[in-house]
Amino acid sequence: MRNQDTIAAIATGTTNAGISIIRISGENAFSVADSLFVSKRGKKKLAEQKSHTMHYGMIMEKETPVDEALVSVMRAPNTYTAENIVEINCHGGMIVTKKILELVLSSGARLAEPGEFTKRAFLNGRIDLSQAEAVIDLIHASNEQAVKNSVRQLNGNLCRKIKEIRDGVLRDTAFIEAALDDPEHISLDGFTDTLYEHTKENLEEIGTLLTHAENGKIIKEGIRTVILGKPNAGKSTLMNVLVGEERAIVTDIPGTTRDTLEELIQLKGIVLRVIDTAGIRETYDTVEKIGVEKAKAAAEDADFVIYVADASRSLDENDEAVISMIREKKAVVLLNKSDLTMQVTKEELEEKTGKQVFLISAKEEQGMDAFADAVEKMFYQGLIDKKEDVFITNLRHKEALLEAQASLQKVMESLELMMPEDFYSIDLMNAYQALGEIIGEAVDEDLVDTIFREFCMGK
Amino acid sequence: MEEKKLYYYESYDVAVIGAGHAGCEAALACARLGLNTIMFTVSMDSIALMPCNPNIGGTSKGHLVREIDALGGEMGKNIDKTYIQSKMLNVSKGPAVHSLRAQADKQDYTHEMRKTVENQPNLCVKQGEICEILVDNMCVTGVRTYSNAVYPCKAAIICTGTYLKARCIYGDVSHYTGPNGLPAANHLTECLKSLGIEMYRFKTGTPARIDKRSIDFSKMEEQFGDEKVVPFSFETDRASLNREQVSCWLTYTNEETHEIIRGNIDRSPLYSGAIEGTGPRYCPSIEDKVMKFPDKERHQVFIEPEGNYTNEMYISGMSSSLPEDVQYRMYRSVPGLENAKIVRNAYAIEYDCINPMQLKPSLEFKTISGLFSAGQMNGSSGYEEAAAQGLIAGINAARKLTGKEPVILDRSQAYIGVLIDDLVTKETHEPYRMMTSRAEYRLLLRQDNADLRLTKIGYEVGLISEERYQKLLEKEQLIAEETERLKNKMLGGSAKVQEFLTEHGSVPLRTAISMADMIMRPELNYDMLAELDPERKPLPEDVREQVEIELKYSGYIERQQRQVDQFKKTEGRKIPAEFDYDAVPSLRIEARQKLKQIRPENIGQASRISGVSPADISVLLVYMKQN
Repeated sequence: MRNQDTIAAIATGTTNAGISIIRISGENAFSVADSLFVSKRGKKKLAEQKSHTMHYGMIMEKETPVDEALVSVMRAPNTYTAENIVEINCHGGMIVTKKILELVLSSGARLAEPGEFTKRAFLNGRIDLSQAEAVIDLIHASNEQAVKNSVRQLNGNLCRKIKEIRDGVLRDTAFIEAALDDPEHISLDGFTDTLYEHTKENLEEIGTLLTHAENGKIIKEGIRTVILGKPNAGKSTLMNVLVGEERAIVTDIPGTTRDTLEELIQLKGIVLRVIDTAGIRETYDTVEKIGVEKAKAAAEDADFVIYVADASRSLDENDEAVISMIREKKAVVLLNKSDLTMQVTKEELEEKTGKQVFLISAKEEQGMDAFADAVEKMFYQGLIDKKEDVFITNLRHKEALLEAQASLQKVMESLELMMPEDFYSIDLMNAYQALGEIIGEAVDEDLVDTIFREFCMGK
Repeated sequence: MEEKKLYYYESYDVAVIGAGHAGCEAALACARLGLNTIMFTVSMDSIALMPCNPNIGGTSKGHLVREIDALGGEMGKNIDKTYIQSKMLNVSKGPAVHSLRAQADKQDYTHEMRKTVENQPNLCVKQGEICEILVDNMCVTGVRTYSNAVYPCKAAIICTGTYLKARCIYGDVSHYTGPNGLPAANHLTECLKSLGIEMYRFKTGTPARIDKRSIDFSKMEEQFGDEKVVPFSFETDRASLNREQVSCWLTYTNEETHEIIRGNIDRSPLYSGAIEGTGPRYCPSIEDKVMKFPDKERHQVFIEPEGNYTNEMYISGMSSSLPEDVQYRMYRSVPGLENAKIVRNAYAIEYDCINPMQLKPSLEFKTISGLFSAGQMNGSSGYEEAAAQGLIAGINAARKLTGKEPVILDRSQAYIGVLIDDLVTKETHEPYRMMTSRAEYRLLLRQDNADLRLTKIGYEVGLISEERYQKLLEKEQLIAEETERLKNKMLGGSAKVQEFLTEHGSVPLRTAISMADMIMRPELNYDMLAELDPERKPLPEDVREQVEIELKYSGYIERQQRQVDQFKKTEGRKIPAEFDYDAVPSLRIEARQKLKQIRPENIGQASRISGVSPADISVLLVYMKQN
């Protein structure tokens, strides 16, 4: 069962600042920190230290030092959350910070929900009541974002894998439950062997997924990109140029229909995941066909928008629509057909959009380098990729996978101890629930529905 | 409108409408708690009638009956008096899913219950159909019968079962009657609607009854009862259970049966659309089974006696709404039933019930003070589910009138808690049946410990006698002492111990371990270890059973207990009754609508509403803190 009381997260921004802080809050904050921190002076545990003191020492992964750190110990109730708090100040660098957070999580804390420190601070009376609305907004906005990220960043193929495992677990559970509820119609004789095999396989699959999680591969690569523009502005040509030039189409494994509608394009080593908003190729051709609403939704969801404008025709209402869509987005404008007589100028567009505008001719493949350079620059300046989101999402997925793994291991243990079915079916459901968290699906009535759908019950 | 000529007769504290399994428990609880109670029934001959299956209990339902008994209800005692076969189901599985089920003599069952209710002080039983609940200022003031007699009362409990606007259907025949041809109650629905209550229409069904003399049992497998009979009631003297048990019989449908059904499926009102009500998935008609599971070559059919003094046999597994002529052919295709004579044909029944989300967990309507509802009226199915709700509604009506807080069992305390929480929180689109898989804390909610879980509550309510309560305390103490003793009693690796272990296929000891740890070994148990435990005092069986279960599965039980501790935290956070969800910023629209509709009692219940996300719950918590 997951620890509900002690939470942890990176408290500082995730750019490469000099110092990063990992905050742990909750009843077990000290014991969690003690399991990875070794003081340089004396053998006193953090749990025994005075409140509001700082300690110098090493963060250890078992016997291996990870980083030097300053650790502050703050005892409830005079802390931000009014709970025990430990803050680990480390030398920054994303890799080390992430590593330490992972160590904290494997020592008995769980990843904080978005806004959870603030929520706890509020609920424990540490924040002025007048700020309730701000806290509510924070919880609301950050959760919505987290859910959105969590699902859309999931690699389609792996998502399918998780669904497969999860469905299998549900079927096994439903069979057991059907038999427990209707023992005279459904017999469990011999099922333990089947279940043992299934669970073993599932554990192996989850093991593989966890290795992927280590490498961050559960998350889709690439910057979510949408190309917008009015009909005949040259979006298809641009796609072909981008795809053809680089000869770097990376399609996901076939069969994942969701993903075949996306193209992975490498631009100067940066991966753009170009999303086909309506699901068919032709939709690149016209804004009307997609429908303004659909395009708007796609743009909303995108990390990056490429707006293709047609230099040979005056701006019309389609352009106005696109311009209003990209106002709040990270975007660049490509003024295409620079080889024809220009009806629209670069300056005019720059003024209207407030974005960088590049003159190109997709047909003649001119001007593409400057565009690529600009994308590269935006990426390295951190303007278009939200790397920390991806990391956190990945960590959440990993946590859920570990939970599922632990539950299935308990099933194996119970099977080996020849425990009755009703004991481990609870662990099966836990695994099911944990896997559901990854793909953003709740449990609700699944079990009962499956029992009735799959098995013929009753009198 | 025509002026009604009303007359006023006696007034009561509580009026119970309906005398089925819910009504009887409700009325008995109210009367026993000292309230002047009247119970109405459409027919005095249908008190605690079992119009469908001839048994009480079964998986998870057996748990409900034991809980009813532990709280001071009547069902367990009544079935103990009238059982003709008893079986503990799932004995090869874990203790949490062991379930008692007993075949009842249906006649005896209703007669015994009738005796009990008719002789209960403070309770008056009356034949008559209630047509109207009189309400003033959204408070119950009385009930009116079809004959325009008005009975003023302070609370009313609706337990109308499947009788409201009931219609029985088979083939193209339909009768506007309740089950077994009893009169339907056709007038109350309109009154409830006019009070703003949302109604559902559900359906269920029953199989044919066949004359025992026309059955060839030699083609069937005989199903015996258990030799050692466990009573439902914690108060029943085991010696009183000694009686000859009757057998049930098992046979199977076959391809011919299925062919007959498939060939006539267009004549089934379920498939032709003549039945609009929503049916239960867990007891599908035989036509549903055949159509939905075409790969199944045969379906089990259990032939169960309806009683000792009748030849009627219940054909379990073959409920149907096919026309009578098809029923004949279908039943007669089953081995042993070739010459079957149908005494009563199978039928489906449609009836009105309420959307139970209109109720509080106390089973009182949110909008009408003093009006309670229980049983199939609340969209549940089954005698046991009905009785459980009847008991709770009765207790809470009585408590309301005596100025006490309602008794609300939560999901970690009882199956009854799960049942009621599901009904009032989750949307039901079919008759709701209890299932062990619905109880997430079921390792703690065993049928063997229902008394330990609930009898204290029954005592505080006033339905459990002082004597019974003292016995419970004694039992608790014995369990605690023995458990403690076993935890402290250490066993070393003496020759005798090692020999014992080898003999029982258990690994010999390397270091000393406690007797409790020994019991945890899968291949050993409490009773076996007696020979290594000379100081052991003789203890009653139910005490030994608890000691063994609590020790043997302690790892699982403790884990579940921790889950319960988490659950209790959110369950304890009450939401004020008049809470204004519109004032909470940032709640998603769907969540806001659901919360406004259900008006959960606490944060825990809110979090179980489908469409309410964890973020919505956070938002609620923050807002509640602010205000």
